[in-house]
Amino acid sequence: MSEHIVIVGGGTGGTVLANDLADRLEAERDAGDVRVTLVNDGPEHVYKPVWLYVPFGQREPADGRRALTDLVDDAIDLRIDRVVGLDTEAQELRFSGSEQPVEYDHLVLATGSTLEPDRIPGLEEGGHDYYSESGAIDLREELLEFSRGDLVLSVVGTPHMCPAAPLEFVFMTDDWLRERGLREAVTITYTYPIQRVHGNPHIAEWARPIMEDRGIQVETFFNAEAVDPEAETITSMEGTELDYDLLVTIPPHGGVDLIEEAGLGDGGWVDVDKHTLEAEAAENVYALGDTADTGVPNAGSVAHYQAGVVGQRLASEIRGRPATATYDGKTLCFVETGMDAASFVEFDYETPPSPAPPSEKLHWSKLAYNESYWLTARGLL
Amino acid sequence: MTDIQPDDTVDARGAACPGPLMDLIGAFRSAESGDVIRLLSDTEQSLTDVPEWADEAGNELLAVEELDDHSAFYVKKV
Repeated sequence: MSEHIVIVGGGTGGTVLANDLADRLEAERDAGDVRVTLVNDGPEHVYKPVWLYVPFGQREPADGRRALTDLVDDAIDLRIDRVVGLDTEAQELRFSGSEQPVEYDHLVLATGSTLEPDRIPGLEEGGHDYYSESGAIDLREELLEFSRGDLVLSVVGTPHMCPAAPLEFVFMTDDWLRERGLREAVTITYTYPIQRVHGNPHIAEWARPIMEDRGIQVETFFNAEAVDPEAETITSMEGTELDYDLLVTIPPHGGVDLIEEAGLGDGGWVDVDKHTLEAEAAENVYALGDTADTGVPNAGSVAHYQAGVVGQRLASEIRGRPATATYDGKTLCFVETGMDAASFVEFDYETPPSPAPPSEKLHWSKLAYNESYWLTARGLL
Repeated sequence: MTDIQPDDTVDARGAACPGPLMDLIGAFRSAESGDVIRLLSDTEQSLTDVPEWADEAGNELLAVEELDDHSAFYVKKV
C-alpha cells in the first residue's frame, strides 16, 4: 500500500523538502510505495529576502517570485489549494476547493508566518513595512521622496521573520542617506521590545556600538501600543511617545489559525521536539521553519536545514527504520551593515553567534547567495 | 509559597530568551488594569529581564517564587 506524505506550505521549507523527498525516495516512488503532495495556497513561491532591497530601488518585487511548477520536481503532486481543516486523529485534511477530505500517513506543516498589523491600533494606516511585497513597494515610494525629518524603525513584536532585517534596514538607510548627502537632515530611531537591540545578546552586543557610531538613536523596552497617523506619533506600553515623519515597522506576526484549531500549539506555531521537529500533540506530524516553535530565528536558512532533517527522518520511517536525523539549531545569516558591507553569523543550540567583521566581500556573498537561492529551492544547493 | 491568586498564567517554560518576557508582554496587552499575571519561566535571564521590564513599564512585580526547575513571577498591571 502506498504511503502518502503531505507537505502544507510552498515556502522555503516546504519546497526544499518536496524536492529533497523527490530525490531521496525515488526508488520508493517508482515502486509505488510512496507519493508526495505539496499544497500551497497560490501558484508562486516567494523569496522574501528580496523585499529588503526593494525600498532602496535595488531589486524588483518580481525578483522574489517564481512559479512553483518551475521549482518543484515533476514527481511531486502539486496542489494549489487552501487547507481549511486538519484532523490529526483521523489523519485527514480538508481543502477549500473540495468537499472530499484527503488522508495522509505523514504530514509536514510549513505554513510560515503571516503579518497581523491590525493588532496595534493605527499601525496599518500609519506604518510602512518591507515584510510584504505591497509594503515594500509602498515604502519605496515614501523613502525615495524622504529627504528630511524623523524616521522611526519599530520592531513591534517578536518572533518575526528574519531577526537581522530590522538592524539591516537602519544600517542600510543610514548609509544610503549618507551617500546621497541627506543624512544630517534625518534622524533615525530604532525601537526594540526588550532591553537590548536584538533578541540574541551576542548580536545585540555587536550591533549596539555600530548604531552609536552611526548616530542611530535607540529606544529599548519599547512595545508599541498604538500609532496615531494624524499626529504622526507612536506610543509604547512603557509610556514613551515618539514623533515620526516616516514610520517603518516590523508588524506583529502570527501563524495560521489551522494550527491552533487542530490543537497543535498557540498562536499558529506548532509545539515540537526541537531536535526531531515532531509535533508534541499529534502522531505523524512534523513542523518546520517559522511554523515549528523551536526558539531559533524565523529564517530561511533554518527552514532549509530543517527540511533536510525532516527529509531524512521521513525516508527512514517510510523504509521501516528508526529515524535518527536531528536538528541541532543550525542558523546562518548574512547581515547587511550598509549598502556595500555585510557581516555573517552562524550558530546553533549550543554555540552562540560571533558576528564576523563587516566587509564588502561578505556583502557580495549575500547578494550572490540571494541569486543562488533558486538552486536551494530546487533542492540542489 | 505565595498566596497571590493570578488572573492569568503564562507558561513559558522551555522557551528561549527573550521568549518568556515577550510572552508576558503579550499577556499584558490584553490584561485589564489591576490584573495579576503569573509567568512561569525556566530561563535564568528572566530573573533580570522581568524585574527590569516591570520597572520600566511602571507595573508592579509582586513576588518571585524560585521553584525546583523554574521561577514564577507575579506581575500586576498598574
